[in-house]
Amino acid sequence: MQRSLHIDPNKCTGCRQCEMACSFENYGIFNNAKSRIRVFNFEHEGRKVPYTCTQCAEAWCMHACPVEAIKLDPLTGAKVVYEATCVGCKVCTIACPFGTINYVHDTGKVQKCDLCGGKPACSEACPTGAITYVDADWTGLARMEAWAAKTDTQPRA
Amino acid sequence: MAWARRILRVNLTKGTCTPEPLNMEWARDYLGQRGLGTKYFVSEVDPKVDPLSPDNKLIFATGPLTGTMASTGARYSVITKGALTGAIACSNSGGHWGPELKQAGWDMIIFEGRAPEPVYLYIENDSAQLLPAKDLWGTTVWHTEEAIKKKHQDPQIRVASIGRAGENGVLYACVVNDLHRAAGRSGVGAVMGSKNLKAVAVRGTKGVGGIANPAEFMKVTFEKKKVLAENPVTGQGLPTYGTQVLMNVINEVGALPTRNHRDVQFEGARKISGEAMHEKRPTDGKSNLVTNAACFGCTIACGRISRMDKTHYTVVNKPEYWGATGGLEYENAWSLGCANGVDDLEALTYANILCNEDGMDPISFGATVGAAMELFDLGLIKEEEVGFPLKFGSAEALTRIAEMTARGEGFGKVIGLGSKRLCAKYGRPELSMSVKGQEFPAYDSRGIQGMGLTYATSNRGACHLRSYTVASEVLGIPVKTDPHSPEGKAELVKAFQDATAVFDSSGLCIFTSFAWTLADIQPQLQAACEGEFSLEKLNEIGERIWNLERRFNNAAGFTRQDDDLPPRLKTEPAKTGPAKGLVNQIDKMLPEYYQVRGWTPEGMPTKETLARLGL
Repeated sequence: MQRSLHIDPNKCTGCRQCEMACSFENYGIFNNAKSRIRVFNFEHEGRKVPYTCTQCAEAWCMHACPVEAIKLDPLTGAKVVYEATCVGCKVCTIACPFGTINYVHDTGKVQKCDLCGGKPACSEACPTGAITYVDADWTGLARMEAWAAKTDTQPRA
Repeated sequence: MAWARRILRVNLTKGTCTPEPLNMEWARDYLGQRGLGTKYFVSEVDPKVDPLSPDNKLIFATGPLTGTMASTGARYSVITKGALTGAIACSNSGGHWGPELKQAGWDMIIFEGRAPEPVYLYIENDSAQLLPAKDLWGTTVWHTEEAIKKKHQDPQIRVASIGRAGENGVLYACVVNDLHRAAGRSGVGAVMGSKNLKAVAVRGTKGVGGIANPAEFMKVTFEKKKVLAENPVTGQGLPTYGTQVLMNVINEVGALPTRNHRDVQFEGARKISGEAMHEKRPTDGKSNLVTNAACFGCTIACGRISRMDKTHYTVVNKPEYWGATGGLEYENAWSLGCANGVDDLEALTYANILCNEDGMDPISFGATVGAAMELFDLGLIKEEEVGFPLKFGSAEALTRIAEMTARGEGFGKVIGLGSKRLCAKYGRPELSMSVKGQEFPAYDSRGIQGMGLTYATSNRGACHLRSYTVASEVLGIPVKTDPHSPEGKAELVKAFQDATAVFDSSGLCIFTSFAWTLADIQPQLQAACEGEFSLEKLNEIGERIWNLERRFNNAAGFTRQDDDLPPRLKTEPAKTGPAKGLVNQIDKMLPEYYQVRGWTPEGMPTKETLARLGL
């Protein structure tokens, strides 16, 4: 079964544990600037929203890459950047409609979420369940359930 | 190593920014943040210095766990000689600024001198420069943050700044970062203003590396987060109600100081409680509280995000205050509400917003208004001086005086002096509910005896965050003690003070101590830092920091006479509630405390005590 990251912004407190977990997983240090998941703070609405790559099936980044440095991991469904192949041309960053693939100045390559090979560190670090890793075919399950719970099947008095 | 091992020295007089290596020997003896910042401060500054002179210094310090995955690793402290108190000041703040500084590769910034014209410091990793802030001077914290981000075209910059209160010499002005997190007490913002320093803007993309034992650190911080999540206070009470969970609790135990401590229970407490913030308003059908929010790395998330009722008289036709922003915490709801007898939740929210927007400590501000209302009640402050009646219970008086104080207008200038100077001016110094010039927070020491000793001996003036014995005396954490008895409080206060100094020096939040003891912090520090950090050593570090601060205060001129409570708390018994008939027994507790501390009967650390702690 393939899984996918599922984000529920209503549960996010803006603590950024996910960002640190991501940078630690990929670079071995706590550096929010290097995280592939970012938490946005819409201050005046009182909303915090974590955002990262959704692993599009027909990924724009993958198709745009002139050197085929972005490949599908068939196990997880993640579109993974192969750093050894990437030439840092940044065309993928233009192609991605969501802005979730970005250039890293230090390495001269691009980076994006690769689902940590099937064990996403962000999801494990999230203290509130705002980021979960669920059945990719059933990302709507929790929402369905919430609506199902509201369905009134009791006969009215 | 966890430390960045580098500090930035900024000479505002000369306009220079100079990196220096961190003194690692001191780091091992004082950890970071409060302890290490204070060590640098007392080593460089004459205790007799005028807090507002260029010879005073201002230190922004992070801890070894700031900017890491340890839960609540958000903290930084501002250390200086307090403008309000003349004592050592150390004000602690969360948000995201501290981790940003650490991730830029700095443990600490030391500001010295005074800039000839308004400036702000801009740090981008290794590069640090002073830039002109003439266009920012005279503007609010909120405007300053926005303008700096816009100017540098970088919304990811974090800003700590002062508002108009800090510029205008409000003696309890604070430093505000991330719009509504504050290094709040003792007037650290007034010191910053006296240096013509408007803001410290930071962008850090280097990260915090060099964790001594990364695998162990990840394992142990994960385990400790679980402890926080499973604890009823840090796992449920604080996320749901914030610190405001305490309003009804403290009112019921009869320790909610009301109308300048004339009363110990407030009839309007329920209306301004954490529970009330959840209730739907009749006007717009929405609750005051929008959501809870976390500081950087915090898995508790006690922060309140509120939205004002647009129809409330304070914000009608002022859309700039209609958005969600930092809401009432317990201390602010108490100081703006109970201390003045005001029970209008929206008015308190508005006054709190003004404190954030212009950088004022709401505790000292609210409590000073309480003192002024008592002076008005006694006929000593006249309506003509103020421009309107300063009556207990008047929400309108509170919000108008908040606007005037934040902006340095009219009678607001007098309120900006704090209650000690205000009451002295009107010939009734005993009506200032303060210790060492700093106003009491939200616990009446007649109903919670240990807090009387806490306040009297706090090195930064009256404060609940130096030894929160409420945890033991009311909540039973870690053990229940009798709040009405002075017995054993000397030992309790010392233990809390020493442990708190370690929490405050680690980079972590003191609110974790509802669930954690030093034994929970120890393995996190040990995994992060090089060297030996045993529990025994941490206890010694805490005691060392406490004595270091004390010695500075002694040298600054503070004596036994300053470790005292206002006569009201010693002679006017609590009128109602479970503590009815009680006064605080500070005179019994204080000599015991000195003994437990290894100090002379005059409150000076003995040679033996200093030698034992390596001072």
